[in-house]
Amino acid sequence: MNIDGNAILVIEDLSMVFGGLRAIDTVSMYIKKGEIAALIGPNGAGKTTIFNCITGVYAPTEGTISISRNGVTSGEALHKIQGLKPNVINHLGLARTFQNIRLFSNMSVLENVMIGRHNSLKAGIFNAIIRDPHTKEEEQRVIEESYDILKKLNLHMYVNEMACNLPYGAQRRLEIARALATNPFLLLLDEPVAGMNPQETKELEETINIIRDQEKVTILLIEHDMSLVMNVSERIYVLDYGRLIAEGTPQEIKSNPEVIKAYLGE
Amino acid sequence: MKGLLKDHGMDYFLKLFLSGTAKGSIYALIALGYTMVYGIIQLINFAHGEVYMIGGFTALIFGGFFYTMGMPVWMVLLLSVILAVLFSAAFGFTIERIAYRPLRNKPRLSALISAIGISMILQNFVLLAQTEKYLSYPSYLPEFAFLQPFRQYINSTQFIILIVTAAIMVFLTALIKFTRIGKAMRATAQDKDMAQLVGVNINQVISITFIIGSALAAIGGVLICSYMGQINYYIGFVAGIKAFVAAVLGGIGSIPGAVLGSFILGWTESLGTGYISSDYEDAFAFIILILILVLKPDGILGKNQKQKV
Amino acid sequence: MKTRIVLSELFKALGNAVWFSVLLFPLMIMKVNVVGGKALVTFRWQFVPFIFVSSFILSYLWKRALVWNEHRQDKIASDTLYYKFKKNVQTYFKNQSIKYVTLSLLVAFVVSFPFLFGMYHTNVMITAFIYVILALGLNIVVGLGGLLNLGYAAFFAVGSYTYGLLWKYIGPNFISAGIDTGWLFWISLPLAGIISTIFGVLLSLPVLRLRGDYLAIITLAFGEIVRMVLQNSGQITGGATGISLIPRPWFFGMKLAPKQAAVYIYYIVVVLVLLTIFVVRRIEDSRVGRALEAMREDEIACQAMGIDLVKNKLITFALGAFFAGIAGVVLAAQTTYINPDSFTLWESIMILMAIVIGGTGSIPGAIGGALLLKLLPEYFRPLAQYRMLIYGVAMILVIIFKSDGLLPRHRKRYTFEEKTNSNASAGAGK
Repeated sequence: MNIDGNAILVIEDLSMVFGGLRAIDTVSMYIKKGEIAALIGPNGAGKTTIFNCITGVYAPTEGTISISRNGVTSGEALHKIQGLKPNVINHLGLARTFQNIRLFSNMSVLENVMIGRHNSLKAGIFNAIIRDPHTKEEEQRVIEESYDILKKLNLHMYVNEMACNLPYGAQRRLEIARALATNPFLLLLDEPVAGMNPQETKELEETINIIRDQEKVTILLIEHDMSLVMNVSERIYVLDYGRLIAEGTPQEIKSNPEVIKAYLGE
Repeated sequence: MKGLLKDHGMDYFLKLFLSGTAKGSIYALIALGYTMVYGIIQLINFAHGEVYMIGGFTALIFGGFFYTMGMPVWMVLLLSVILAVLFSAAFGFTIERIAYRPLRNKPRLSALISAIGISMILQNFVLLAQTEKYLSYPSYLPEFAFLQPFRQYINSTQFIILIVTAAIMVFLTALIKFTRIGKAMRATAQDKDMAQLVGVNINQVISITFIIGSALAAIGGVLICSYMGQINYYIGFVAGIKAFVAAVLGGIGSIPGAVLGSFILGWTESLGTGYISSDYEDAFAFIILILILVLKPDGILGKNQKQKV
Repeated sequence: MKTRIVLSELFKALGNAVWFSVLLFPLMIMKVNVVGGKALVTFRWQFVPFIFVSSFILSYLWKRALVWNEHRQDKIASDTLYYKFKKNVQTYFKNQSIKYVTLSLLVAFVVSFPFLFGMYHTNVMITAFIYVILALGLNIVVGLGGLLNLGYAAFFAVGSYTYGLLWKYIGPNFISAGIDTGWLFWISLPLAGIISTIFGVLLSLPVLRLRGDYLAIITLAFGEIVRMVLQNSGQITGGATGISLIPRPWFFGMKLAPKQAAVYIYYIVVVLVLLTIFVVRRIEDSRVGRALEAMREDEIACQAMGIDLVKNKLITFALGAFFAGIAGVVLAAQTTYINPDSFTLWESIMILMAIVIGGTGSIPGAIGGALLLKLLPEYFRPLAQYRMLIYGVAMILVIIFKSDGLLPRHRKRYTFEEKTNSNASAGAGK
């Protein structure tokens, strides 16, 4: 695979086999630092499966997944992450949202984001019991930091609400806020605007750009909403039946005959 | 001198093997109920062991009544077994309607806790309504003359257990494979919502599953009590756990798995107590359970179920 | 029209009454007794009307209750009388002076209890408080961590036997050295906590990957294995006969009469209960507590947020085991005699019942549930033999109609109020 640019995520010959089914077939792709990329394809193509392999939910059957926080051109070595546990991978700097919202429904909005801050805190059991000044200060800090993140995603008005009571669009944004709280350098969004109306979709488009520009987080998203994909992504990978069938800019993908065939049939 | 491997030769082994097969058959009758219910609604029916115990008690009660009435033995046997099956099936059906159906859409832990509650209630109900003592259990099962020369390997009761269980297995397999209701059960086990959409009445299917499972357990209850010669309100609990282990060993949700697991457990217990030590008879089941859940939680014949993310 | 519905419901209730009368006939009406190898059956016809009438009434109420339960979710909570009543009680107790008065009364009552009521009742309370510690400990595992543990009595046993075995093997050395054996209690207390914790960690290792129901069964198996080992290793642990003459706790070298010893242990267990409540509350409101809650809510999501499931499951089991171990030492000191029969599966299930009925994940719920379960059979003697029946029914009722328990968790959420002054300092109220 020819890598053109400062790649921070490199996937080589990834295959995922379930029983007799080859869900992912020798996929190679890369994501460059600072870009907004998209992974698209018809339903069942294997997009979420790739996300699950990247984030450690599945251990791939074949192939490698490597990351580098500052990118290959910075001289930093690539770190293999395939097969690692999801919490380890998150610690290394990858965060994700889920296709079906997986918020902690019985906790408040603030608490959901506070969970995201878990790894930036240090307090253990003994600290919890004796509540030393350092721990108290840490707890205070995490509340403020979480609130700041909520403000960035325009969720601060819901701060004390229970997560399950939020309107749908806000819930999706909350998942993103929670993922951002884990301080990633690469954010994977799985169908972030699924079920949203055009207004909410436009708002999320802006949010994605703000996250990339202000938080300096690279973004890879799975999406079916073509207008969002075309507007926001700089590079697109197209998956069909577990295989990569195209890669390029939105313009190139729009007019790619393979892609059109995959979506519309012959 | 306990704890030493004793070499008693082929005779001893054969005896242990056959009694283990008989034991395994009983476990199978109970395990089938567990596995079918788990396959359909993903619930460990803690109360299933109690249904087995109730089957034994019902047969004892009616058997005693009919016998004192002067009925011929074969009629006493037939009627008490039929009634045990009917009552156990009714209990199973009722338990599902009262304690499990209201919780169908709640988290799984709730139904599990409810099952534990029912188990407690039934045990204590029988304890209070009947007795806490061990009652000796008169067996109305026939003695077969043709087995006399083999009596050091196998006795009539064991023989009956094997035959009855085999017949039930055949019947059950035919039911699941060839009848409409069997197909509905398989469909519901695979995908409840989809089955409903194609017109399967899943409430009915679930009830029938409980009824069949309970009926089998009742037969197991009557057989084992006749075999052991005694009954007590607590036997359901222990047998239930062991049968559940057998079902997990074979792969919970899989009918052939439940049978396979039951026989493996029966042989292990039999050979284990015969060759190693009889103190830890119950421990074998637990050790198997821990091993299986640590090494291969899906069981021998179980399918690998990955969670969809 | 309404009467038609009511009539049909009554008719159904009638059908249910018939059903139950037939269903329960063999077990309840017929009583079997086996004499000389023959089964004799007697009939208790007096129960027939009882079953018929009660199942008629109960099935009618049950149907109504289920319907009410379904529609309850739709109603706005604040409209109901119950909610208003609850709110009134809450605001009443929010008043500072009321709070202090009730708290002082409670403290005074607890402290003076042994002197108001004799040794017998003091012992009853000691047992009840031991169960409170157990309930709080199991609550961490089940309520906070969401892991169903059906073998909790095993850790209880480990604690008791730590003290018992220490007495059995080190005791003689103490006696010959002239040291008061009561010191063994104070040594055992932390030691049992540590050893139980180790057992807790060991148990959690094989169960790390298991889902809810499998986890429950394997903890059950572990509990039973511990009990069986204790039962069968007669040489080491005393087997079924157990260990006796366990010394009472050291009290400034004085020899205490049984009554004084009971009072002493009473205060010890009260302090331990307070410590347990303190520790549990601190953990709940901390980074660890949040991680455990997230783990309970959604394992996959919390892993994706960087929370280590293995570590947190270990922590959960270890914490739960620790408190059970400590409770075990107190039990051994109180009864001075332990054997495997005190640590059966029924014990584990009883503790589970206490927290389910009281309210999983709720500290007042665990305390209330434990007290209810232990004190009810004492002070309502006629019902004592029905207690498992009553608890079983209560547990099912709670889980169907009020799954968060009688005293549900009322956790104060982390809240944030942005101050409207220029430096916008965050006031984190909790």
